Amino acid sequence: MSVLLAAPKKMIELTVDGEVVRVFEGSTILDACRMLGNEQPTLCYGDTLTPVNVCRVCVVEVEGARTLVPSCSRKVEAGMVVLTDSERVRTSRRLVMELLGSSVDLSTAPDALAYIEQYDAKPDRFGPDAATVVQDVKVDNDLYVRDYSKCILCYKCVSACGEDHQNTFAIAVAGRGFDAHISTELDVTLPESACVYCGNCIAVCPTGALMSVPEYEKRQAGTWDAENETVVSTVCPYCGVGCNLELHVQDNEIVNVTSPHDHDVTEGNLCIKGRFGYQYVQNRR
Amino acid sequence: MPDLRLLNAEPSDAERIAIDAVLGAGNGANNRTARDDRTKRHLLLPALRAAQQRVGWVSEGALGYASRRLAVPPAEAYGVASFYALIALEEQPADVTHVCTDLSCMLKGATVPEGAHPSPCLGLCERAPASYRTIAGEQPVEEQIPAVGPPLPQAGQSGLRLLRRIAAGVDPESIDAYIQTGGFESLRHARELGPEAVLREVTESRLLGRGGAAFPTGVKWEAVAKQQALPHYIVCNADESEPGTFKDRVLMEQDPFALIESMAIAALATGSSHGFIYVRAEYPLAHRRLQNAIDLARSRGFLEGFDIELRIGAGAYVCGEETALFQSIEGFRGEPRNKPPFPVEVGLFGKPTAVNNVETLFNVLEVVTDGGEAFSGIGTKDSTGTRLFCLSGAVARPGLYELPFGATLRELLDLAGAERPKAVLLGGAAGAFVGPDLLDIRLTYEDTREAGVTLGSGVVIVYDESADLVGALLRIAEFFRDESCGQCVPCRVGTVRQEEALKRLAAGRAHEDELQTLAELAQVMQDASICGLGQTAANAVASAIVNLKVFAA
Amino acid sequence: MFGAGGGTSSYEELRETADLIILWGSNARDAHPIFFHHLLKAVHRGAKLYVVDPRRTASAQWADLWLGLDVGTDIPLANAIAREVITAGLVNEEFVARATTCYDAYRESVEPWTLDEAERVTGVPADAIRELAHAWGNSRYPQMCWTLGITEHHNAVDNVLALINLSLLVGGVGRHGTGLQPLRGQNNVQGGGDMGAIPNKLPGFQDVEDDALRAKFDAAWGVTIPPKYGLHMTDMFEAIEEGTFSALYVIGENPAQSEADQTRARKLLSSLDCLVVQDIFRTKTAEMADVVLPASASWAETEGTVTSSERRVQRVRKALEPPGDARDDVAIVYELAQRLGVDLGSPRPEDVWNEVRTLSPMHAGMSYKRLEELGGIQWPCWDETHPGDQFLHGRLWDNVVKNPAPFTPVKHSPPVDVLDAEFPLRLTTGRRLESFNTGVQTGGFSSPLHVGGEALLVSPEDGARYGLRDGGRALVTSRRGAVEAPVAFDNNLRPGLAFMSLHFPDLVEVNVLTIDATDPKSGTAEFKATAIRVEAIA
Repeated sequence: MSVLLAAPKKMIELTVDGEVVRVFEGSTILDACRMLGNEQPTLCYGDTLTPVNVCRVCVVEVEGARTLVPSCSRKVEAGMVVLTDSERVRTSRRLVMELLGSSVDLSTAPDALAYIEQYDAKPDRFGPDAATVVQDVKVDNDLYVRDYSKCILCYKCVSACGEDHQNTFAIAVAGRGFDAHISTELDVTLPESACVYCGNCIAVCPTGALMSVPEYEKRQAGTWDAENETVVSTVCPYCGVGCNLELHVQDNEIVNVTSPHDHDVTEGNLCIKGRFGYQYVQNRR
Repeated sequence: MPDLRLLNAEPSDAERIAIDAVLGAGNGANNRTARDDRTKRHLLLPALRAAQQRVGWVSEGALGYASRRLAVPPAEAYGVASFYALIALEEQPADVTHVCTDLSCMLKGATVPEGAHPSPCLGLCERAPASYRTIAGEQPVEEQIPAVGPPLPQAGQSGLRLLRRIAAGVDPESIDAYIQTGGFESLRHARELGPEAVLREVTESRLLGRGGAAFPTGVKWEAVAKQQALPHYIVCNADESEPGTFKDRVLMEQDPFALIESMAIAALATGSSHGFIYVRAEYPLAHRRLQNAIDLARSRGFLEGFDIELRIGAGAYVCGEETALFQSIEGFRGEPRNKPPFPVEVGLFGKPTAVNNVETLFNVLEVVTDGGEAFSGIGTKDSTGTRLFCLSGAVARPGLYELPFGATLRELLDLAGAERPKAVLLGGAAGAFVGPDLLDIRLTYEDTREAGVTLGSGVVIVYDESADLVGALLRIAEFFRDESCGQCVPCRVGTVRQEEALKRLAAGRAHEDELQTLAELAQVMQDASICGLGQTAANAVASAIVNLKVFAA
Repeated sequence: MFGAGGGTSSYEELRETADLIILWGSNARDAHPIFFHHLLKAVHRGAKLYVVDPRRTASAQWADLWLGLDVGTDIPLANAIAREVITAGLVNEEFVARATTCYDAYRESVEPWTLDEAERVTGVPADAIRELAHAWGNSRYPQMCWTLGITEHHNAVDNVLALINLSLLVGGVGRHGTGLQPLRGQNNVQGGGDMGAIPNKLPGFQDVEDDALRAKFDAAWGVTIPPKYGLHMTDMFEAIEEGTFSALYVIGENPAQSEADQTRARKLLSSLDCLVVQDIFRTKTAEMADVVLPASASWAETEGTVTSSERRVQRVRKALEPPGDARDDVAIVYELAQRLGVDLGSPRPEDVWNEVRTLSPMHAGMSYKRLEELGGIQWPCWDETHPGDQFLHGRLWDNVVKNPAPFTPVKHSPPVDVLDAEFPLRLTTGRRLESFNTGVQTGGFSSPLHVGGEALLVSPEDGARYGLRDGGRALVTSRRGAVEAPVAFDNNLRPGLAFMSLHFPDLVEVNVLTIDATDPKSGTAEFKATAIRVEAIA
């Protein structure tokens, strides 16, 4: 039985924070860091998405480079000397978190909150009049809500809706500069847009700007109980593709459905039926 | 076409005709067969521009029709349209005036009348205050106001190289006039030499890019020439938008054939069969003259095996960044790409691409004619050839000057008639302010680098005693906040925080550590932004604080 | 296919290796959305996509070329492609000689199907057929995928054979990267077949009429299995009509709404002596039942396994307590056995599964533990060291092929429900993205995409021709019945072709219209080809 094998990949040696590491050619600095267990902060990076390197929280210092470089997308080169915790790196990461924290509601963004603490960021340093992206929550359908006051513009939802996975292209970044925002065409509501409610955008949103209606309502009502949530893996009850589901259950009720990112069939993606079509089970109660 | 859900609104007949004129006929789908064609997205901006030129704005119907014709998802088309300042997505009058309120025009008392739009620098600084007017209709009008500027300060002067024909008043619309003054001789010579020899000459000339980054042209071309991936592209970056810069406009308006000729040489050297000139929208005279020059050169057989397409921007400073420019040509938002990979490997349409500034390309003609070695004898050791400077502000004779590298700032200011300057902005909004103490600096790459300033795109804006420097800084901060593409956090939010801090300083309401905050913003924007825009957005402000002590207590 | 029913290749091969993908009678974009993700990654990688479908579906809109054939003309199209591949010298001669039989008969059978003749019969322009044939013949890693557009016809099996023939012609099976993928419509329709829930097979596709195989089961179960094939569902309905079939136990099906020619189906169901329905809902069928056994939802309230389209056996797990008296299917069956006097032991799903592993060699290596660790395993998996096969029929590439694959000449047989002056429109049915089958499950959530899903879609030209209004209502009549439905115009339909989904039977009973002309081999009804007429309703 013949299985075609790609040519074996070359190994590249580099130094990260003084430690020598060897990784496959084509790996990123972030990959190399992870090989060493040296976790870097990331916000716009997604394990199933093409890196867009826009949040800049993962920047590292590379000896000889004029500026800092994004570890999530920069490919390793032989002999690279990388610093992930220099003063220069820490300053950039801290300020990036201050810029985000001062302009965006990060209250449901656990990673971002952790980085603010880790880098001792003070988002309020810019004063109470600092411009923010605060705006009304968009509730225009029964499946998920969009709260762009919490949007850090990481592009992940756009990538998931676009060529990386869903290829529906219902949303894109519109406007420019500080006014740049995630938008449907002409900012029409989701039901008027091309959205097919696969929810693959929710699955990658790092800040809770995109949230299922059950989660949103429970949070509003104060009955969200993440601590007592169980997650059970199973297979979607609909078509024959065999998508793996993770049922997030609180108090014998499914509150969210996700799919494992590391499963080859879905890479974390689902369709409307898989992500939102579970309610019939509970309607029998 | 992907399974798009399209906007419901239909275009008007006028919009449809205007868009069809750009896109040609449909792809022949019928009720038995159809093909997905995703190769035409690069025509999105031309299509939107056509619709707006016809009816004054891009309606839902026009946006939807362009999306459908080009298989571009409507949300993405909207994202693209809303990226560009000059694309109107809400109905506006057919007759619109954009009044420059930027650095040079500000110094000449620019005011924005009722109904007009304020605008960043329009590249008409020598005739400030200036504006740009568009009138939509069947015969759309685009005009620069005033239509004519002061004469070239060096008019009639001999010994000029880049400005030779312009100083001699050669008719820019006549190919015969161009040929009679030595036009296409360099191209003929280059063809005789062959690609390798041209590359060698250009490398030997040590010609550095004139757009601002000062990269060696020969190195760039060789890198493209040796790439296996095909095709190769040559792109002329004529999106001249750095406040205070107008040199490329003058070259394109007054000597357009020279650009076509130099691009043909670049194509020869880099093995490119297709070239693009990306010109900012606000240069309508340059568009007309370049198109005329391309058409004539093509019909006379000077473009054999090579063709040039003119692409027109839509109001976005960031598209002067080379990778943002590619994105714009390809029909995407003008968001810079992360580098590496560099354009010489992965450029326009993902192919090896040589991007050169207009002035750089003009120098190539000199290099080929005189030989690289002779060229390198002009100027200084590390700055070869001559350089164009854009003089505006408090000078008696504003305009474009050509000087060999090595002249001092004082000599240049004397030529232009600047008396007792309080400060000079070198290199534009992304450049740096210098005080009177630095007037004897030699205007070379090496001297400016050593002094921690930049020649950038050759901008020299002169501020006299009466000038409002804090106002200028606020305008620069506003400019970057406006022009940030919004992609990366340091620039998107950093430019906002910088402007807020400057406003507080200007109003005397500064936070305790405001200057430190500004310095930190400057460091992080420079260190962590994706592209040159963010990396330089704090330069001028920082230089004014350090060099001019603007906010010293 | 060639014995065991299952897709021969895998999503990963399609995504990473295929250079040509044909979707034939499949709107995977809507019906198998995540499979389509894999397909789109292939398209972005540079693979060519050809879509054969009467409708210009969402899937077709991604195609390098869409071929809009007339409903029920798949065999003429396939045979013409074959003839062109042969004529152009693009046959994989070496493979055909070594690994197939009956090629000469096949070649003769396709000989009449010139491009022009195929254009006349299918409506697809000859040059488009030629282009597809050459793409197919020149492809190194072709993948042939299909769904109900191929199988919901009175000659479903012949349709499938026509596609298999095409794959054999170019050696498009049994190698990594190439293959045949029938996309399964339900999450465990593959598993049902695997487990012997078909009339002619025991678990693991072991033939009921094979004495040795049957003896193994007889011994294990302590019973004597009847030595002949059972009945398809459609056979059962005929048997009810003939009076030879009087009791029916329905588990998780809703034939009162899902069967073609519904009026007849309901009449027959109500004539049964005993109807037992085991379901998670009180379906229309359950409403007719003598006994209803409330079940738990197999994917969220019980433990077990299901098998996907790519033969991947995966675990389902219990996340919720079932409501009220609902019980696990296995528990119900065991309890029933108990009451009938047989003790089957403990109703533990893992025990049941381990019994399967002892009786079905292709499942032998799939312990729960391994299924968990490997994220599912593709059959066959012979033992606990075997990783499972990504593709089937690798034997066809052995130097000496023991069981060569036969070409099967197939003939065109147009739809049974003919078009005429009285019934001039061809109605075809299918799925929508957000809905599923008879809507029993997908009716449970509120989606903006549900809106208008029950509409009759017609081309704007037909709308004008029959005096319909976009957004108005129509009376839709077939030779079997009539229903009222809202009308929507659809530019992706050509004149003469109409479409309805089958998801909203409570709003529009589409299957009152459909014909129960049934494929004798598969038992599938011709849902895809109904002759109708339409009249506007004020």
